[in-house]
Amino acid sequence: MKKIKGILITLIVIYVATAIFGENFLSGYNQGKLLERTALYGLLGIGVSFVIITGGIDLSIGSVVCLVGCGVPWLLTKQGWSPGSAVLLAMVVSLCIGLWHGFLIAKLKLQPFVVTLCGLLIYRGAMRGIVEDQSQGFEGGYESFRQWGTEWIPVAGKFGIPYPFLVLIVVAVVAWIFLNKTIWGRYLFALGNNEEAARLSGINTDRMVILSYVICSMLAALGGLLFVLNGSSAQPSDYGNFYELYAIAAAVLGGCSLRGGEGTVVGVVIGTAVMQLLRNMINLVDWLKSHMEFLIVGVVLLVAVIVDEIVKQRVAKRR
Amino acid sequence: MAGSLLEVRKVTKRFPGVVALSGVDLQVRAAEVVALIGENGAGKSTLMKILAGVQPADEGELLVEGKPVHFLGVQDAQKAGVALIHQELNLAENLTVADNLFLGREPSKFGWIDQSLIQRESQRLLKMVGLDVSPDTLVGELTLGKQQLVEIAKALSTEAKVIIMDEPTSSLSLSESERLFEVIRDLRKRGVSVIYISHRLGEVKELADRVVVFRDGGNAGSLEREEIDHDAMVQMMVGRDVSQFYQRTKHELGEVMLSVRGLRTVDHPSHKLDFDVRAGEVVGVAGLVGAGRSEMLAALFGGKPALEGDVSVGEKGGLPQSPREALDRGLALVPEDRKGQGLIIEMAVKENMSLASLRSEAKGPFLNQRGEEKLVKEMTEALSIKTPGSWQLARFLSGGNQQKIVLGKWLALKPGVLLLDEPTRGIDIGAKEEIYLLMEKFARQGMAVLFVSSEMEEIMGMADRTLVMHEGRITGELDREQFSEEAIMELATGGKISKAE
Repeated sequence: MKKIKGILITLIVIYVATAIFGENFLSGYNQGKLLERTALYGLLGIGVSFVIITGGIDLSIGSVVCLVGCGVPWLLTKQGWSPGSAVLLAMVVSLCIGLWHGFLIAKLKLQPFVVTLCGLLIYRGAMRGIVEDQSQGFEGGYESFRQWGTEWIPVAGKFGIPYPFLVLIVVAVVAWIFLNKTIWGRYLFALGNNEEAARLSGINTDRMVILSYVICSMLAALGGLLFVLNGSSAQPSDYGNFYELYAIAAAVLGGCSLRGGEGTVVGVVIGTAVMQLLRNMINLVDWLKSHMEFLIVGVVLLVAVIVDEIVKQRVAKRR
Repeated sequence: MAGSLLEVRKVTKRFPGVVALSGVDLQVRAAEVVALIGENGAGKSTLMKILAGVQPADEGELLVEGKPVHFLGVQDAQKAGVALIHQELNLAENLTVADNLFLGREPSKFGWIDQSLIQRESQRLLKMVGLDVSPDTLVGELTLGKQQLVEIAKALSTEAKVIIMDEPTSSLSLSESERLFEVIRDLRKRGVSVIYISHRLGEVKELADRVVVFRDGGNAGSLEREEIDHDAMVQMMVGRDVSQFYQRTKHELGEVMLSVRGLRTVDHPSHKLDFDVRAGEVVGVAGLVGAGRSEMLAALFGGKPALEGDVSVGEKGGLPQSPREALDRGLALVPEDRKGQGLIIEMAVKENMSLASLRSEAKGPFLNQRGEEKLVKEMTEALSIKTPGSWQLARFLSGGNQQKIVLGKWLALKPGVLLLDEPTRGIDIGAKEEIYLLMEKFARQGMAVLFVSSEMEEIMGMADRTLVMHEGRITGELDREQFSEEAIMELATGGKISKAE
């Protein structure tokens, strides 16, 4: 609770400020849309936080989103696959990507930054080749399949709970249990803090590192799937661009340390919500221009980590 | 005191959870060799770091030639004429001797490094310490003894009036040590003072004009040249009769518990190690730094798997390929580097202590949180660990309590063989005694205990039997009756192999 206090306060402050200055912010549709955006990006954030807890990083998330986001509609419309088998393939491919990253990092001792940077280039490049750089979409069909990304459970007026948000809740709960209630979660935190000590305590650290990359890539694939179901079409040259950075930023806002060994699921979800709230604010407040998005997100992130570090040092001194 | 070159008055230094120095005094006169001795954790190294400007004192004053000084960094100390030679040498091995001598303060001409001046000066400095190598030799190609001399030359090049040497002989051979002593005596003749920190009382007796003893972060006394003798020094260091300190009781040894055959480690592949440890036996492993002792433990425990060999614990044989395999057969290792390898200092006492046993206690993949609490409570009591609560981060505990957490982590698995690497390094004297009592207790309960130590007193006090290593080989094995500092040193420096006559 202590760890997410700061980010929770930030969320509330931005929420209230946007409610005051933004038009239509509190409308049912906008609120539902916020939940939807938070859900889609939150899946990526939870995924990358597993990797960050081990002290690693995954830069290939956006490209995995592209791979799945373009690949699934391409399989359906151009190759005639059924939705079930396309989803299955997406999951198997992302599983393999995660295993491959984990293998290179844990066994060959390559640096996570380098491995996943190459992934970033390769997966998007491969997808552009496969679909010949053409935009992929559902061509108006697959209504029942697409509702996983588009449907809302009506609550009141135009407000509703989007399906992706339900997916996020399920994933977040499972991730929370994994990190806090299982021995594997404990092992992840232990090796993120001190891999050598963890290994010398009999933990199979390599296996845990590989597992974290698998979780990250598979959640990126799940996110990519829901993104394209929600948005209906995907252009391989830029689909999912920068999404890894949004995910990492949300994880850092939510209390993950890139040094490893720290992070909470609730914090990451709130961190994602803050990011989406900021983007929403930029759209709704008329004296904020949309091209200022990176500027504002960047400044907020920087201020957050500065404040966090100062508070931490104060606390450390007082002890 | 008049005529003091360097004076320390009432210096205090605190670290989280421990007072490292409380109001210590020290005077050094010109052209004097002062030996500073004390157990690990007595505060010697802390004071040296303060003198060398590595870290500031919390309270107290430093005076150089009677004038108060404040060192904000190493360079301030250098300017005042104080140089520190670390136990682990601070040389860049990929650079030449000359480059190292002038590292960070290269003389320049019009912005270019003045190579000819460096050459000339280097030759002069190397001559002063009697080191016969070219200034263009890479430091990495020199033996540790010669590297030590390069460090001294470097200190001299800063016009140091006081050179502090922190355990300079800990990794030197006997002849290299002799060479070093000559250089120190020569320095004294030139009017340079030396503060000499060592655990080797024989050396201290040979070299020192005066001995200053620290105990538990304070002054325990000092001895003038004519008063220096072994027993007096030990008595002051320990603060009481040493025979009480190591409490070993006679008990029957059991079956062979750990049996090592033909173990070839990665670091010393040309030698095979063979030995046994019986249940209830405490075996010490002595040797100089770099003798391959820690590497042997790492190989036994699978931390750095050996090339070949057999490590049998009871019935289970084979070669452990990972720590997991080793602990499954009943081995446990308390590593040398407590903060880097033994503990996860940013995690709670509880989480550290349960780390190794989580798997066997878990219900499926789920943590057994009640069992964890129970385990921590038991261990905290059994090992009398002082902590405000099981939630406390390990980093805020004292070294002794941290070490007990590492012990607790393994005891939860009820190991048959306990391997300890420098088990009392950097912990205070009270905790040290507790660790010894625990080792004795484990042995009495039937554990086989194998410990590596660089402290002669500890080896001679605790071990039933001692294996001595030199350059990756076991050069000898001594039973308790055969223990003597001379016998162990001889074997540790490659002397003859002398199994019981």
